[in-house]
This record gives sequence, structure tokens and C-alpha cells, in this order.
Amino acid sequence: MSKFFTSVHLKEDLCMGCINCIKRCPTQAIRVRNGKAVITKEFCIDCGECIRLCPHHAKEATYDSPEIMKRFEYTVALPAPSLYGQFNHLDDVNIVLTALKKMGFDDVYEVSGAAEIVSEMSRKYVAEHKEKWPIISTACPSVVRLIQVRFPNLIEHLLPICAPVDIAAATARKLAMEKTGLPAEKIGIIFISPCPAKVTAVKAPIGIQKSEIDAVLAMKEVYPILLPLMMQSIDDVEELSISGRIGIGWGSTGGEAGSLLSESYLAADGIENVIRVLEDLEDQKFDQLEFIELNACAGGCVGGVLTVENPYVAKVKLKRLRRYLPVACSHLESGDEENRIWTDEVKYEPVFKLGNDMKESITNMSRVEEFCEKFPRLDCGSCGAPTCKALAEDIVRGVAHEQDCIHILRDYIHKLSDELSKLDTKK
Amino acid sequence: MSDKIKVFYEVPADDFTRAGEASSNLKSMLKKMGMNPETVRKVAIAMYEGEINMVIHASGGTIDVTVSQEEIEMVLKDQGPGIADIEMAMRAGYSTAPDKVRSLGFGAGMGLPNMKKYSDELKIESQVGIGTTVTMKVKIQC
Ligand SMILES: Nc1ncnc2c1ncn2[C@@H]1O[C@H](COP(=O)(O)OP(=O)(O)OP(=O)(O)O)[C@@H](O)[C@H]1O
Ligand code: SF4
Ligand SMILES: [Mg+2]
Repeated sequence: MSKFFTSVHLKEDLCMGCINCIKRCPTQAIRVRNGKAVITKEFCIDCGECIRLCPHHAKEATYDSPEIMKRFEYTVALPAPSLYGQFNHLDDVNIVLTALKKMGFDDVYEVSGAAEIVSEMSRKYVAEHKEKWPIISTACPSVVRLIQVRFPNLIEHLLPICAPVDIAAATARKLAMEKTGLPAEKIGIIFISPCPAKVTAVKAPIGIQKSEIDAVLAMKEVYPILLPLMMQSIDDVEELSISGRIGIGWGSTGGEAGSLLSESYLAADGIENVIRVLEDLEDQKFDQLEFIELNACAGGCVGGVLTVENPYVAKVKLKRLRRYLPVACSHLESGDEENRIWTDEVKYEPVFKLGNDMKESITNMSRVEEFCEKFPRLDCGSCGAPTCKALAEDIVRGVAHEQDCIHILRDYIHKLSDELSKLDTKK
Repeated sequence: MSDKIKVFYEVPADDFTRAGEASSNLKSMLKKMGMNPETVRKVAIAMYEGEINMVIHASGGTIDVTVSQEEIEMVLKDQGPGIADIEMAMRAGYSTAPDKVRSLGFGAGMGLPNMKKYSDELKIESQVGIGTTVTMKVKIQC
């Protein structure tokens, strides 16, 4: 697998080469070249913003088709808690879980169950690591990737506990092996994801060597399959749920932080807001916070770009669903903690840097400034870069030309035609 | 090609929504230069405090930043009221910030002490009624 895997990609035939995505990409990862958008993989954090806003639907996420279930002898579905927020009038998650089995899965294991275990572990970790306050949640892979490439000073604040989905996957495989006697590779652990970032976290994990997840389905593709099956399930609902209020709360912003049972936390969502919080955090503008929950999507995972319901409506639905549940149903068993902690050190990857050493950087940065002086500072996007400055950086990186700026090109053409007409009059 | 890079910022008066713009702009530039994270952190914190002081205590001002291979120099100039007793102003907890500003969370009297802590060199020149110039240098670590 290449070091820079991203799930978000372009459907070239649909791309019109407009500048909507280049302007709104939070990491300035997109350029328009030769009339088509191009995503620089190193810069992309898979937040899904471009999928959300492309008017031509030319951006999409890579994920697996439900067909993939056939590849395994035994399959376990891992539904993300945000899935429960997608349905109207749902009052029992067991209906969704039963429908998943009717869809063809041999078993289900709720990610929200594993989330309760992460909550328990986090409570302990936060209490024991005052020196690392505020501790930043690592459940949203898009945020973790962003910190890895752009906020090196915050890496040490990351919560080094595996994401609920990874813990769910490992536990589900273990249980399935015990139950069936099958070898690990014959069992398919299949996650139902709200977003492309979680797909990337499976293919190119951060903090762990390898993900236990075998395939990832998009929530929006599973949704229409489940709807009729849920109707059929109503009369013979199986008791499959292993999660309570805390676990299901993880589906929207504030759920994870709230589960720490402390007042001293901040929860922010929406990638632009997340960036603002990280900038301020880096400048030490707030202290006395114990925990920071950050979600790339507005509303939290219910706002994931592969969901179907309006995130705020989904949030209300989750709230209703949680109301009569016990606080938590899944608990940590001793001895389990060890393999739920990150094994790999997260290293800063300065993908945005302009030089290999200070000398080269100073030279390149002064060139950027010089180009910026020449450009009209309209940030018009016609060159295919989001801002004049971004074009200047591209030129210095050797991937664009000065005359990609239509204003420079126009001046050049004027000069040329002036010279030509002078030649003409001399004749 | 020069071996230094200079940038200039104007800090507008009384605009709390824009206060911090210069330091975050510089921070992003330094990161793009591949500067060591600890150095970036020191510069960002020190410069933000200085920038905020210009907004709160003076009526804005200007910042000249020079980045060389060895260090980052920040010169913050304002034409504000000046500081009568610099030694006193440097004390942790000393502040003349008005209530209005305190309600925004400033005025702990920690700005100048932090600027001293996070920079490798701090020089304050001030004349009452004329203005203040704060020069800070941060050495680039490797
Ligand atoms: N640029 C300036 N012009 C005039 N007076 C200043 C300037 N900078 C600082 N001072 C004076 O020095 C005092 C101490 O400054 P310092 O930055 O340490 O604390 P503060 O700004 O009052 O509070 P804080 O920085 O913690 O929000 C200020 O209250 C003010 O009286
Ligand atoms: S907030 Fe949730 S849905 Fe959105 S990118 Fe992060 S993990 Fe995915
Ligand atoms: Mg101050």
C-alpha cells in the first residue's frame, strides 16, 4: 500500500473543472489542471468536504460493495452508531441489527459496544496523564491525519487508544473464531462506515500496524437494503445489542467527551472549526481543559459524507433512542487493555514543507513572496490553485508555471502584440 | 538569492477578531519552511502575546519579522501610551488591562513574562506618550 492512501477520489468524466472544490478544501489539496481536478494525496485528509460540495458529483469515496460478503465463509457486520440515526421512528436498535443478519451477515458486533470500552479506558488514561492535558480524541481519522501533517506540537496530546471500530473488529474476530472454529482468514469483519476517512483508516492505519477490518461498506448503500428488511424484522427481533447510552452517544459530537464524566472538556465539529481549535491549542490559548473531542464532520459522525439523514435530525433520533437505555452495557475485562493501545509511534510528516533544509526553505520562501508580489492577489482560482499564494508555492515546488496566472498571461500577450504591432509599423 | 526572508504585518487597532492574524500567518509560513516544531511553537506563542498587547494596550502597530538560517527576529512597534516602568510590567501578574478587556479573558499579566520565557532574547524600548518597541529573537533549533 502506498504511504499516502486516500479514499476520496475524482470521477474524471463528471468533473467540469470548476473551482468549487479547490476553494473549499480545508488543506488546499486540490488543483485544477488541464480542466480537471487533481487531488494531491499527501495533503488530503479524507474529510469528505469536496464530496459534500461538488455540484457535479465528481468526487466519490472508495469503499467495498456488499458483494464482498460472498468472499468469506462467515461474516460479522460492525455497524457504526451513526447508522441508528438514519431511520425514522426507530425505537430499538435490535431491529437494525436483526435486519443486518437478514441481509446476509452471520453475526453483528456493535461498534458502540467497543466505544463503551474505549470510554472506560479513556477515563483512566486521562486521569493518569495530567502532563498530557488536554488529551485529544483519536476516533476521527481525518483529525488524526490532520494533526500528523500540520500540528506536530499536538501529536503528544493524542489519545493513544485504538478507535472503537478497531477494538470491535478484533473482538468480533476472536468471538467468531471461537464460535465457528474457522481460521481467521475465512471470517470477514465488515464495517458499515459513515465516511471515507474510516476507509482510509483501514487501508493506512495510524498508531497501529494493521487493521482487523476486512472490508468497509458505505452506510448510504446499506441503508436502502436495510429498510425493507427492518420491516420484516419487527416481529422476530433478536436481542443482539451490546451497547447502552454511552456507546450510542458516540455517534454525534459530545458523546465521546461526555462519556468521560468530566466537565472539563471541549467538543468541536466541522473541519474548519476543528482547524481553528487546533491552531489555538497549539498557541496554548486554552488551559485547564482535560479533554478535547474533535470531529471532522458537522454534528459528528452522523454528519459523515456517506450517511443519508440530515446530521442534526440524526442527532435528535440518536438522543431519543438512547433515552431509556442503561448507561453502558459493555465493560472492560482485565487483561484486555494491552492490545487496545496504539503500538506505533505517530510521527510528524511535514508534507507541506518547501525545502529540505533552512537554507533551501529561505530561498524558496523568498521566491514565493516574489511571485506573490507579481500576482494581482485576486485569488480568482482561474489558474487552478485556490489562492495566488498557493500558485506561488506550486511554482516553487515545480508543479505550475507563472503563466498559469491568466493576469500574467494577459500582460504577456499584450506585450507581445505591442511588439508585433511595432514591427508592423516599422515595415 | 537572499539568505534572509522579511515579512511585514500591520496590526489594526481595537479589532479583537483580527488579533492573532499576524502570528498565525507567520506560524503557517514557518511550518511550510519545515522549521522545527518547538521553534515554531515558541515563535507563535511569543508573537501572539506581543500582538495582543499592541491591540489591548496601544492602538495597534506594525510587526517586522526577519527569518535567517539561525534565528527569527520579531520587531513589534506601536505608537501607544508607552510603558512607564518596564520592570514592573514584566512581573508575572502585573496588568493595567481595563475591565472590558478582562472580561474577554485577557489581563492576567502573563503576556510579557511569557514573551520572555518563549523567546531567547527580549528587548523592550518604551517612552511614555510616544510608543513601545518590543524586539524578540528566537534561535532556530535543529
Ligand atoms: N505595547 C504596550 N503598550 C503599552 N503598555 C503595554 C504594552 N505591552 C504591555 N504593556 C503594559 O504592561 C502590562 C503587562 O503586560 P502583559 O502582557 O504582561 O499583561 P497583560 O497584557 O495586562 O495581560 P495578559 O497578557 O496576561 O492578557 C500591561 O498591563 C500594560 O500595562
Ligand atoms: S467525524 Fe466521523 S464521520 Fe466524519 S470524518 Fe470523522 S470519523 Fe468520519
Ligand atoms: Mg498581554
